[in-house]
Amino acid sequence: MYKVDAKGLSCPEPVILTMNAVKLGHKEISVELSDPVPVENVTRYAKSQGFTVKETKENDITTLLLTK
Amino acid sequence: MNTKNEKLSIIIAGLIIGLVAPILVFKGNPVNMGFCIACFIRDTAGGLGLHRAGAVQYIRPEIIGIVLGSLIMALCRKEFNANGGSSPLTRFILGAFVAIGALMFLGCPFRMILRLAGGDLNAVFGLIGFIIGILCGVFFLKKGYSLGKTAKLKLLEGLNFSILQIFVLILLILAPGFIFFSEAGAGPGALHAPIILSLVIGIIVGGIAQRNRVCMVGGIRNVVLYNDWNLLIGFIAIFASALILNNIFQFTVAETLNKSFFKLGFEGQAIAHTDGLWNALGMVLVGFASVLLGGCPLRQLVLAGEGNTDSAITVLGIFAGAAFAHNFALASSGNGPTENGKIAVIAGIIICVIIAIFNTFYKKEK
Repeated sequence: MYKVDAKGLSCPEPVILTMNAVKLGHKEISVELSDPVPVENVTRYAKSQGFTVKETKENDITTLLLTK
Repeated sequence: MNTKNEKLSIIIAGLIIGLVAPILVFKGNPVNMGFCIACFIRDTAGGLGLHRAGAVQYIRPEIIGIVLGSLIMALCRKEFNANGGSSPLTRFILGAFVAIGALMFLGCPFRMILRLAGGDLNAVFGLIGFIIGILCGVFFLKKGYSLGKTAKLKLLEGLNFSILQIFVLILLILAPGFIFFSEAGAGPGALHAPIILSLVIGIIVGGIAQRNRVCMVGGIRNVVLYNDWNLLIGFIAIFASALILNNIFQFTVAETLNKSFFKLGFEGQAIAHTDGLWNALGMVLVGFASVLLGGCPLRQLVLAGEGNTDSAITVLGIFAGAAFAHNFALASSGNGPTENGKIAVIAGIIICVIIAIFNTFYKKEK
């Protein structure tokens, strides 16, 4: 599982970090986010790349589990 | 929300936002300037006496409304989030240069779209420059540009900017002697819709923009970066609805009101100049700086309402930049750009490059 720590970052940085992970060929990526806008944008990007997205939230931190 | 609903939502949002400018012109705002974040912040800076350009002094309720509309929507959606601390001084400087670039072109990205929808072809040069500026910013984003992470802040810190807006609204309503208002016939500052209408429209725009993350810079940036058309569709919807309503007004009430809502061409456009090169370069600066900031001036206002103090600092930077633009004769007029303005825009682009390089390749904390 490849982890992307995008907590505290605003768009488009979380999407770019996720894009970089996808480009490296990772099929299972966990993205940690603290803001609702990147959650929407990373989800949309991941789906456009054929990933399944599972969202969990704990203490204001959202974790997106991207799998392909 | 699924992707289809998201697209529909942003189209509806864009269509509604596009209607507000012609309505505000109809009700008293300046022709070809129904809604403009940079111009209205400039007018408010003048109203508060931060500059003394008598033609552009009025506390614009639209700006106050956007922040409060965003705050209300963010609270309703449980998205209010007091945070900040991501290179605030750098953001202040970038904000100031956004204002200087916008006042070279005479409009923020929002007004650029509205000027196009009013037939002002000078804005085509602005759009070309804006896209070039965004591409410059995207180049650095792809290389790892970042202003750093934000941290959680206390509730009051996140609310301060909205509270400030209420204070400014009170100043507008009470109009004490130390507040400046352009005298009738002095210029665009003297032309305005009724306070309550402007405020309500601002609140609606702020609420919708918060809900749908409307951003003029994000639209083009996201298409270039990862082929995401969502925000750009909203951008196009704003243009379409403003274009249609402008033409309806042009063929119905324009003659009665003695106002022009749609005039196709370069010459004789209200509050605009025909210098294509500097229209473009002004918007290169706006596009570049806005990408480095993470959003256009409208988005910064909305984020400030949501509790983001970095965006609040950016808006204060835009205020300061707008005041400098008039104090130092940097702002263009209908006669064209000034020599000081040209120097400031070039300096702004160079400073953006320096900021981008340092925050891309030399990010180690000291």
